[in-house]
Amino acid sequence: MKKIFATTKGLVDMPTHYCPGCTHGVIHRIVAESIEELGLRERAVGIAPVGCAVLAYEYFNCDMFEASHGRAPAVATGAKRSRPDLILFTYQGDGDLASIGMGEIIHAANRGEKITVIFVNNAVYGMTGGQMAPTTMPGQYTTTSPYGRDAKDIGYPVRMAEIVATLTTPGFVARVSLHSPAETIRAKQIIKQAFAYQAAGTCFTFVECLSTCPTNWGLSPREAEKWLEEKMIPYYPLGVKKRPEDFQEDQHGAA
Amino acid sequence: MSKVLMKGNEAIGEAAIRAGCVHFFGYPITPQSEVPEYLSKRLPEVGGKYIQAESEVAASNMIYGSAGVGIRVLTTSSSPGISLMAEGLSYIAACSLPVVLVNIMRAGPGLGGILPAQGDYFQAVKGTGHGDFQLVVLAPSSVQEAVNLVVLAFELAEKYLTPVMVIGDGMIGQMMEPVEFPREGVGQPLDPGDWALTGARGRKKRIVNSLHLDPEYCNKINLDLKAKYDRIKENEQRWELYNCDQPYDLLVCAFGMMSRICKTAIDELAEEGYRIGLFRPITVWPFPYQECKQAMQKAKRTLVLEMNMGQMVEDVQIAGQGSREIDFFGTAGGKVFSPDESKEKMLYSLKQAGIGKKTVKTTVKKTTRKKKPAKKRKSR
Repeated sequence: MKKIFATTKGLVDMPTHYCPGCTHGVIHRIVAESIEELGLRERAVGIAPVGCAVLAYEYFNCDMFEASHGRAPAVATGAKRSRPDLILFTYQGDGDLASIGMGEIIHAANRGEKITVIFVNNAVYGMTGGQMAPTTMPGQYTTTSPYGRDAKDIGYPVRMAEIVATLTTPGFVARVSLHSPAETIRAKQIIKQAFAYQAAGTCFTFVECLSTCPTNWGLSPREAEKWLEEKMIPYYPLGVKKRPEDFQEDQHGAA
Repeated sequence: MSKVLMKGNEAIGEAAIRAGCVHFFGYPITPQSEVPEYLSKRLPEVGGKYIQAESEVAASNMIYGSAGVGIRVLTTSSSPGISLMAEGLSYIAACSLPVVLVNIMRAGPGLGGILPAQGDYFQAVKGTGHGDFQLVVLAPSSVQEAVNLVVLAFELAEKYLTPVMVIGDGMIGQMMEPVEFPREGVGQPLDPGDWALTGARGRKKRIVNSLHLDPEYCNKINLDLKAKYDRIKENEQRWELYNCDQPYDLLVCAFGMMSRICKTAIDELAEEGYRIGLFRPITVWPFPYQECKQAMQKAKRTLVLEMNMGQMVEDVQIAGQGSREIDFFGTAGGKVFSPDESKEKMLYSLKQAGIGKKTVKTTVKKTTRKKKPAKKRKSR
């Protein structure tokens, strides 16, 4: 019989701890497939965050770090600058990257570190039990915004892809979503492109992945997909925000 | 090999290169900024990499990443910066990675001041960060010794797979002295062993991780670390005895620059007939309790002088185990005891011990340094 499908060698064959309907597992798979298809698995070093994906070091079938909260881009910087032949990727959630790790991600991007950042945005702190994140939508109920996020009081959600894309340093920056099969296929293409840029030594690469959290949103998996599509995508528009070929030398103020 | 006149901070940077470290991640802070300045110029010359981190928090995580992929790495900072590095150091120790860091101490607490102090003794030897971990801590008292101890720090870090800190005060970092570098050129690359993340090529994946949710296993990790620290205590204690080969009435205990000032005071008082010895720990962790105790037992009284409000004195008290009379005087904020002030404190302690004005002249027996016979080490 002809084999038409096999699971990726980029993942360890084991059950994950993710909740039913969570898209972390799908993102793991497309990251692992991208690495495998580009022939990078034996050079890859991943960095797990603190948060729901803290155990990602168990799941990816390549060398892995576990970093402290938000610091994965700094750990990746140290590793990549020390062994430039390695393929470094961080896998970070929104509490990790957009809150406590805001400094590390911005500066890694601004230095143009040749790494790939997979940023999973599900608008909530998952692992700690559904608290408000910097990415929580206006009016969204969480365990620390029990009256709904009041944007007039504590500000609006941060759009990380757009913020990172404003930097002058060349980069590949995109936002994808996992709420439908078509968008998942698109997400895979973008993530693979990001790793291809890194493998070619082109630039810093950043892919924000809109993801569902049925458990902490209090919705069924199907309802969560719908909520993502209707509530998140209008605020977090999908697409490529920046390409390395967009780069123009900024001569202003050159010493 | 000839000596060169160098500023302490620059000599520390060069010493790291001679030890084979060509990767540096750090952040400027007075009074250690000459280290990153020097290395940003030197490292490209030797094929190394200098990266200026966005913060000390990031720097400590960059060295975690660098050591994790099996590369010899250095960072340096000063007191408030070390507080920020505490996060990364706990992870590095937990993951048993070799890194070297240097703290050129300034006055504290808070922003404190930029002048020399020794207020980070507790931080370095008792509680650098969260959890049960320990740094090996080396305390030089001259620019030359700072160079030697930076080289030793890399050897110890790699022998025991653990973070090693060199603590100097701002004076060590800022003053110029003639130094001789113990090694020519760049050393051998770090052996990545069976732990470094070099890519899972033809082998199983490796994980550098400090999350252990199983209490049995997490307990085991702590026991393993303790066993390692016990081995270090057993094998790596270093200290100096000064003027202790002849009978002495007072033992002075001091570390780093303070010990050097004490030597001048001891020499001058010897001219007046006073018999004073000095005990100086070189490894402030592991603290040489036994040798300190033996030195204390030969004196009528012990005096501890520090550029802080009384930190190492607690280790001296442990060494004396409540059986010896111990005086302490401290200074902080960047104010350093002069030799004359140190002499005053010594005369006070001598008076407490019932030793009056002497008229007989004696000569000072010059430096005697004891070291436990080092076991043969494989050179890397």
